[in-house]
Order: sequence, then structure tokens, then C-alpha cells
Amino acid sequence: MTNSPFSEGVVPARLSAEALAENFSDLHPRLDDHEALVAADRCYFCHDAPCMTACPTDIDIPLFIRQIATGTPEAAARTILSQNILGGMCARVCPTETLCEEVCVREVAEGKPVTIGQLQRYATDRLMEKGDHPFTRAAATGKTVAVVGAGPAGLACAHRLAMHGHDVVIHEAREKSGGLNEFGIAAYKSVDGFAQAEVDWLLQIGGITVETGSVLGKTITLDGLRDAYDAVFLSIGLGGVNALGLDGEDKSGVLDAVDFIAELRQADDLTKLGVGRDVVVIGGGMTAIDAAVQSKLLGALNVTLVYRRGRDRMNASQFEQDLAASKGVRIITNASPKAIHGNGAVREIDFEYTGDDLKPTGQTVRIPADQVLKAIGQSLESDGLPELEGQKIKVTDTGRTSVDGVWAGGDCASGGDDLTVTAVAEGRDAAEDIHAALSA
Amino acid sequence: MADLTSKFVGIKSPNPFWLASAPPTDKEYNVRRAFEAGWGGVVWKTLGEAGPPVVNVNGPRYGAIHGADRRLLGLNNIELITDRPLEVNLEEMARVKRDFPEHALIASVMVPCEEGAWKDILPVIAETGCDGFELNFGCPHGMAERGMGSAVGQVPEYIEMVTRWAKEATGLPVIVKLTPNITNILYPATAAMNGGADAVSLINTINSITSVNLDVMSPEPMIDGKGTHGGYCGPAVKPIALNMVAEIARNPDTAKLPISGIGGITTWRDAAEFMALGAGNVQVCTAAMTYGFKIVQEMISGLSQWMDEKGYESTADFVGMATPNVTDWQYLNLNHVTKAVINQDDCIKCGRCYAACEDTSHQAIAMSDDRVFTVKDDECVACNLCVNVCPVEGCITMKTLAPGELDERTGTPVAAEYGNWTTHPNNPTVSAAE
Repeated sequence: MTNSPFSEGVVPARLSAEALAENFSDLHPRLDDHEALVAADRCYFCHDAPCMTACPTDIDIPLFIRQIATGTPEAAARTILSQNILGGMCARVCPTETLCEEVCVREVAEGKPVTIGQLQRYATDRLMEKGDHPFTRAAATGKTVAVVGAGPAGLACAHRLAMHGHDVVIHEAREKSGGLNEFGIAAYKSVDGFAQAEVDWLLQIGGITVETGSVLGKTITLDGLRDAYDAVFLSIGLGGVNALGLDGEDKSGVLDAVDFIAELRQADDLTKLGVGRDVVVIGGGMTAIDAAVQSKLLGALNVTLVYRRGRDRMNASQFEQDLAASKGVRIITNASPKAIHGNGAVREIDFEYTGDDLKPTGQTVRIPADQVLKAIGQSLESDGLPELEGQKIKVTDTGRTSVDGVWAGGDCASGGDDLTVTAVAEGRDAAEDIHAALSA
Repeated sequence: MADLTSKFVGIKSPNPFWLASAPPTDKEYNVRRAFEAGWGGVVWKTLGEAGPPVVNVNGPRYGAIHGADRRLLGLNNIELITDRPLEVNLEEMARVKRDFPEHALIASVMVPCEEGAWKDILPVIAETGCDGFELNFGCPHGMAERGMGSAVGQVPEYIEMVTRWAKEATGLPVIVKLTPNITNILYPATAAMNGGADAVSLINTINSITSVNLDVMSPEPMIDGKGTHGGYCGPAVKPIALNMVAEIARNPDTAKLPISGIGGITTWRDAAEFMALGAGNVQVCTAAMTYGFKIVQEMISGLSQWMDEKGYESTADFVGMATPNVTDWQYLNLNHVTKAVINQDDCIKCGRCYAACEDTSHQAIAMSDDRVFTVKDDECVACNLCVNVCPVEGCITMKTLAPGELDERTGTPVAAEYGNWTTHPNNPTVSAAE
């Protein structure tokens, strides 16, 4: 090992291979059988359970937990996957502390919810490791649907359409399927290549073809797809990245957090991945947290996450904030970036403290930075798309866009939080509407 | 400080907590540990005839029922009486009694239903210095197939006969242990009393199959692919035992017959309940087998604290106090009206009361859009199911309506006077008498 956390600049191998492997191991190792039974025993099997209502995909949580408690985790997995075909990934990445577990009556009563996310993972892992795919296709309809984007919304939509007997072609711009599951979330939430394994498992349904390198607006067009298929589902995500709008943003060492995360996720050898000694992450969402925590885990000496508003406005959940703090990330709130300093490469960055409503205070702080990761949001690349609502494609409750025969869902579509689980729900529901339309 | 010392049919012990005749009391080693841990008395594992001892199976002897978090709620066993030679047991009993003279040591005995067998063995056992005998007419498995244990306990005539033999053979107190595997506990209890028993102890274990192995298709515990019914005990049997104790205690003919209460006693409170219903002392087994002998410390401290709080100086002060309140259904006050009340501060909004009432009872709980659960007094029959299924103790309670208050369900004011079925106008026997 030639470098250490003290090494200057953006350099690889600040930590040993062993330390990196440990740092990027499973954030929540899977429950063993005993742990799962103990956790499942805590569920009260509530009537019209609040957890179920809070789940964007309406998984029957009390039922699947009871199925675990009675020794049938495979049946539990079917309960989960019939509502959420990406239940395995959602078990890993869902902010359960703001969804099902937040409203668990035992959270309300004792401050300790039933660990729904971990139980969901226990069940889905058990089924998927057996290689079982519990769903089958209906008789072929002869209809074809194009799905644009192989992220959570697209995959969920494609699977449900395939179940109904339609033939689906997924057009994916990248070389791999999975979308943000594959490229966008922290590595310690999806270890051992789970995202690809889940895609492979999902495709066992049959009737789905994935064409990679197929880019909307370049190799394919919406009109072309409309001509070639009976329906089109757009799940293209948010391809654009918001800029700070500051001088010096082009200095070396300043990059988009999503690119940093994607590179890390695709890296075969973490010891070859460079990270700064003094990393500053700008933003307050999950992406900012993921980038900050992973910088720290790669061996950065100082990692500072700076958010322009108050802590209560951060999109990252309390759990994520606490995770970052526990890994040694310093969180500064109410500070906006003002200037990036450095000669070619970034060396320092100035922030000005802001009051409520971003009102400048005149108070500034200069933070050493040899790497700046921007995580202030992504945006839709909207050329040639159906009508927008705000920054996103305008859709109805069932995902219909302004263009006949074109549906949309996931982060690119209006409505809902930008969460994996929300994307799955939107993809699934759009598929049902497409199926209804094609069956009419 | 409450005085826990106990005198049961003349047998003294430092406290009313005895270990029942069972696997924990099979050996000197165990019994010494029990006395050192604080148990007031021990009923030694049942002794059989001299000669080659019985043999046990070499596969599993126990099966179990579990609650949440694998709490052991019920245990079933197919172990027989002691499988160690009689002389070894007698030597050990004598040594233990010598070293623990203040503690009660009772010999449990089961020999064939022959006068000579009983009259020969009891004097021999008495030489150990034991304080009394317990006749095992209870074990429902194994030995019953050989005409002993519950095979005797199910025939009142045999109980009376053998008890009489025993009383003729010894001057020590004789306790008759009863099987619950009968239709009416009063018959065996009366038979024991008529035979001259100093006391009865109950219940012994209940015939049971705890589970079925669905791969092998055999009852558990399974021995080489087959199983047999065993004796069920533990917390699950407590309600059955309490009722049988109460039946004997409230029956005028047997009311004076001392009772040693047995059946799922796990905490001081369980023990106090048995004693309140008329048991002079209690015997414990499954709780010790589940948690070890140390639990007696909680039983001692808990009973002491409760007695102090209630102002009872000795256990005799409260033994049988609940017995007069055990009555027949026909004497329950039908003019007593209660309604369930949900404490909204304690409610965790699980909705189990709603599901239970809506699906299986009287549709007397309302649920609002924001999950506030309230009782509909005009539908509530006060069945108590909501109280029982609520996970939060004390969240749902029963409120008694005062005389004159309107019962919204019936539309009539609550009557002040006591009124039961025997005088109710709907009772056909009342009409017939008019």
C-alpha cells in the first residue's frame, strides 16, 4: 500500500484491500433463520395494517411476516413479489424508516419497529437463491410493447406485461440493465452483484428481450417505437445532472456524485479507485449521503457534506444521516457554495451560511477540498418527449402520457417520490393499464 | 415481612414451593441443588418395586408447544418412573434428608395394585426419614399400560383401596396424586378421601400429542418413526388444573381435604392463584425444567412482597380465599353490565380488537379513517375478546355501569338488584314452577 488517508490529492488505495472489503460489505447482513423467527414473532398482524398502507407497492406485510413465522419463507416471497417484483432490491434500499417501519405500531409504541425490510430480504433471498421464479406467463397475446430504460420502473413494467402474455423489448441505453439499482446506489446496499442477479432472475419469466446501447433520441425515437410496437413505456430516469453554476466548476476534482457512485459500483477492484483526501459533497439527498459515506469508506481523511438548507429539509432520511455521521462524515447545513478555488485542480471551496429561505448571512467558511462531488439533483433530458408537468413527463395515475399509446413511470414521470419502490409501483400499474388497453 | 413457612398435612417446609415428582427430583445431585437454590420441599421421583428397574426409551422423551419467541408453553413427556435401582434412591434420599432436615422430602410411590406390594414397600421407604408419601395414581403414559399410574387413578374404587392399604402400612402422611384424565375430578378426590388420604395433589399430566412430524407422519416425540401419547404439563395446563383444584375445594364433601396444587405454576402469582383457590401448597416442575432451579427465588420474593402488600402474615391467611367466589354459571349476576373502554393514550392502533370484534364477535368497535378505535356501547356485549387480543396490557378495560345507568345495547337502565338465571323470566324451569 503506497497511499494512506493522509496522501494528498485524488489517489487510490488509501486503505488496504482487506479494509476496503470490510468497509463495503453488506450494510445489513441477511437475518439467519433464528433471527428471522424472532423478528417475525414481533409482528402483531395488524388489521388493515399501517405498514401495508405506507408501502408504495402495497405489499401485504403482515401476511408475509406470518408466512415467515410459520416456516414458509418461500410463500412469503411470493406474497412480496406478486406486488413488487423487485422486492429483493427494495428490501435493501427502501428507506423503510420513512415508509413501512415508520408507521409500524411497534415503532409507535416502543420506538422499535418490526424489521420489515430485513424480513423481506430474508424471504426474497430464500426464494431467489433457489433459482425459483414463481410466476408464469399467460397465453401469448401477439401484442408487443417497447419499454425504454431497464431501471426499476421499466423492469417492473416489462415483467407484469410479460406475465399477461405480451412480448416486451426493453431498450436500455447503457451496456447493463438495472438502472439506478446497478449504477446509482451505494455498494454496501447491494453486494455480491445482487442487482444483476435480480435482473437475471426477473427475466426468467420469458418474453422479455433487452437491447442494450439503445438510446432514445439517438439510436431510437419515440415515433419509431410507436410505429413498431403496440405500446410504449418510458422509464428513462433522469439523465441530466444539475450544475452549481459557479466559476471553477470545471476544475479537475469537481465531478458529479452520480458518476462517482456509478464508477464505484462498476469497479472490479476498489484499491484502484481514486478518492480525495478532503472530500466535499454538496447536496442533501440520498445520492449525497451515498457519495459521502462511500468516500469515507474508500479512505478519505475528511468528508464534509454541505447542504444549503436546514437538516429538516434534507431529503436523506434520518437513518441515512445517522449512517453518514457514524462513518465520520461531517454534515454542515445552511451553507451554499460560493466559489471554487484551485489552480487547475480544486483546492478549496467557499460556502456562505444562509438563514431560513436561503437568505445570505455574510458569514463564510472555506473548506479544503481536493475532490468535490455535486449531488444537487438530476433532471430530465426532455427532447422529443410527451408533454411535461414541471420538470417531468406528465402522467395520469396509471402512467398515461399526453401521447396516445405512450405511458411513462419512474423518476422521469410526474408524481411520487424518486424511490425504487415508487418506480416499481408505477411500472407495475402502467403495465396493468397497458394490458387493459391492449385487451380492449 | 411475610412468613412463608409452610405446614402441609403436618409436613413443615421453609416455603410452600415444592418440586413435583418428576425428572428434576430423580437424583441426590439434583435435589441437593434444588434445596440449595431455595426450594421448600421435594417430591422424589416416583419409586417402583425393588428388583430390575424400569427402562426408558433412548430417543426423545419430551415434546413441546411454543409461543412467540419460542417461549415454552407446554411440555409433554413419555418418561417413566425412576429407572434407577430402589436401593440407590433410598440411600440418596436418606443422605439428603439428613443434610436438609428443615426441608420437606416426600416419597412418590407406584407399585402394582396388590396389597402386599404397597404394604411391603412403604415401611422400607419410610426408613429414609422421608416426611410423607405421595401415591402416584396419575402418570398417563407407559406405566398405565401396566395397570399402574392413571390406570388406578381412573378407577375410584382402586384409589380408595390402595389409599387404605397405604394408610394401614404407614403412620406418615399420605398424599394421593390425581390424574386429570377423567370426566369429574370429584370422584377420584372423594375416593382418596374415603380411603383415608391426608391430602390430594393435582393435577398430574394430561394425555397429549404435542405435534406431528409431517415428513415422517409420526407423533412427536418420535421414537424410530413412531410416537405415543405423553403427559402434558407447563403453563398451558394451568387453567385446567386451577379448575380441578377449585372443584374439590368448593365441593362441600371434599372441602376440608387438603390440596397440593400442581399444574403449570411458573411464577409467584401462579402459586398464589392456586393457593387462593384452596391449595395449601404448590408443586412445580416444568418451570424449573425450563429455567432451572433459580426461579424459586422470584417465587419467594414475589409471594412475600404480595403478602406484605396485602397484609397477609402467613400463607394460611389467604389459602382458599377465592374459593367461595367460584360458583355455577346459573348464579352469576345477569344484572351486572360492563362495557369495553379503549384508552386512546395507550392504544397503538394495531386494530386487532377491531378485527376480532368485527369478524368474530359483535361488530361493537368502530374504526375511523385515521385508525382511532372506539367501542360502540349500543353493540358491546362485554365479551372481553378485545381485552384479550389487545397487545397492550391495560389498554382496553371493562367499565361497570352503575345501577340506573342506561345500557345502550338493551335500551334499559341497569338494575340495582342481583338477578341470576334461576329467577330469569326466560328460564323455562322458572315458568314451569309458576
